[in-house]
Amino acid sequence: MPVAFNDQQMKTVRHLLEHYPRKNAALGDVLHLAQEAFGHLSPEVEEYVAGLMELPVSYVHQVVSFYTLYLRKPVGKYHLMLCDNVSCMICGAGELLEHLRKKLGIEVGGTTADGRFTLWTVECLGACEAAPVIMINDKYYGSLTTRKLDELLDGLE
Amino acid sequence: MGQVKLISRFFEIEGCRLRRVYEENGGYAAARRVITENWTGEKIIETLKKSNLRGLGGAGFPTGMKWGFVPRDQEGPRYLVVNADESEPGTFKDRHVMLHAPHLLIEGIIIAAASIDAEEAFIYIRGEYWEPYRVMLEALEEARQAGYLGENIFGSDRRLEVMIHRGAGAYICGEETALLSSLEGYKGFPKLKPPFPAVKGLFSRPTVINNVETLSYVPIVIDKGPEYFAGLGTERSGGARLFGVSGHVERPGVYELTLGTPMRELIYTHAGGVRNGAKLKAVIPGGTSCPVLRADEIDVPLDFDSLARLGSMLGSGGTIVMDETTDLVEVLLRICRFYSWESCGQCTPCREGTGWMTRIMERVAGGQGNSRDLDDLVDIAQKITGNTICPLGDAAALPVISFITKFRDEFEARVASAAAAAGRPQATERV
Ligand SMILES: Cc1cc2nc3c(=O)[nH]c(=O)nc-3n(C[C@H](O)[C@H](O)[C@H](O)COP(=O)(O)O)c2cc1C
Ligand code: FES
Repeated sequence: MPVAFNDQQMKTVRHLLEHYPRKNAALGDVLHLAQEAFGHLSPEVEEYVAGLMELPVSYVHQVVSFYTLYLRKPVGKYHLMLCDNVSCMICGAGELLEHLRKKLGIEVGGTTADGRFTLWTVECLGACEAAPVIMINDKYYGSLTTRKLDELLDGLE
Repeated sequence: MGQVKLISRFFEIEGCRLRRVYEENGGYAAARRVITENWTGEKIIETLKKSNLRGLGGAGFPTGMKWGFVPRDQEGPRYLVVNADESEPGTFKDRHVMLHAPHLLIEGIIIAAASIDAEEAFIYIRGEYWEPYRVMLEALEEARQAGYLGENIFGSDRRLEVMIHRGAGAYICGEETALLSSLEGYKGFPKLKPPFPAVKGLFSRPTVINNVETLSYVPIVIDKGPEYFAGLGTERSGGARLFGVSGHVERPGVYELTLGTPMRELIYTHAGGVRNGAKLKAVIPGGTSCPVLRADEIDVPLDFDSLARLGSMLGSGGTIVMDETTDLVEVLLRICRFYSWESCGQCTPCREGTGWMTRIMERVAGGQGNSRDLDDLVDIAQKITGNTICPLGDAAALPVISFITKFRDEFEARVASAAAAAGRPQATERV
């Protein structure tokens, strides 16, 4: 797949650039858009974005590598982000993590061979009232038990 | 004293995400008044000062005073920035505000922007908050269509554009100067103050940065009057705030209490007490960076000064309750790992110190520690405190000092059992 935005995406980029008095301020938004378009931010994508925004590739790379949500490697169809910070930890996140590792046969950071699941642990998701919490792609699921987690994963397409 | 429903009232109204429902419940009256009656910046700021509203992002800085620092006589733009990064572990109140009362936040933004004559505002929202982001986008569009944002707001000659910017996963971007760096398209590196953002902030222009919850109280202050609001709280902390309770309680959630309400009431009356009738062991009062409290300290009134007197902080109001079964050594290790991972790496004491404390804590928790380690931890923590550009260093150090000082027995027991298991004397050489 060639790394290039389509016309619609280019329109969004131009719109984003208008948001800010300096064009590099739009970099974060353009990177989010690029990630949506290309799945992850490979070195080719970094180069493309740098060219598009007339910024040094090294600068774009610095920004990409500073933030955890910019993906530098592909992830599975379902990106499991289990919170194991304090509130979730004391409400059983550790047990859920063990369960997921066994069930999926992968370690934290890994992706299943069929490309369906990537497993991460993440810092507090800001939903501690529902601890333990998992984020799957762009959605939160809380008050989990191993059974609820099984039902949730088995219910995914 | 006790529970009130100023912000949280909107959480209970079905469909309050919609402008129509919000307005049927009194919404936008304050902003309409301020704009159509053409309140001056001074008048808005005076009102806020009288209300004693203090910043609810963590630092508790008086809001009216902060707005008053912005020079309004210079040419060129001034900005309002909304801190919706909400990443301090244990904190989740801003998410509730954005999900259930997005227009309340927008209304607060309109009034705050008017106080400093800002025509542009940015909401910096953490990247994980997809749902609040979408809700805010829709609410902003609705407000624009109603003529409350955009050109000639409320039919006046004022203009206000509100943009929303998604973060990309970095706790440090909640710190205001790091947030500005990030919003400008850089890595989220904090900057030395002064210059303060009020004078030289976003794009080097005068900027006010406020937390989501702080701004959401602004319409309420205008609506009900500053005297009413101030009267709810203590002498120096006005009104009320949202406390997010999590951990080992029967009913975790967000509770809105007047400042000065005892913590015991928050935990036992509102959050239903410790889960399964267990005994309380410890409470982290305002997000993990705030020094931990022992069970015998929870009669403390929840206001900025009372917690400071106890050597802790009200912080973000995120209250983590831990029962007698909690392994505090593991909890502190987890906190150390968090701050070490999130340190931006600019300042040596923070970058090296957080890593060092984490490695020692790993050893202690893993049964390889000795009692010298505990003293070393406190010593390192004390050397980080106050020696960094931003307070992340302090945030990492304070839990270490407080956990080890207040629960020394539990930490000693862990290193003693480690020593016994290894068949070595307790105080071994420093490693
Ligand atoms: C490491 C660190 C993280 C912070 N994270 C947040 C945050 O997520 N949200 C927030 O509102 N304030 C956060 N703050 C506080 C901000 O720097 C700033 O004081 C606040 O946004 C000011 O708004 P307020 O006066 O309305 O509280 C953080 C501070 C530090 C030092
Ligand atoms: S600790 Fe898991 S959501 Fe806050």
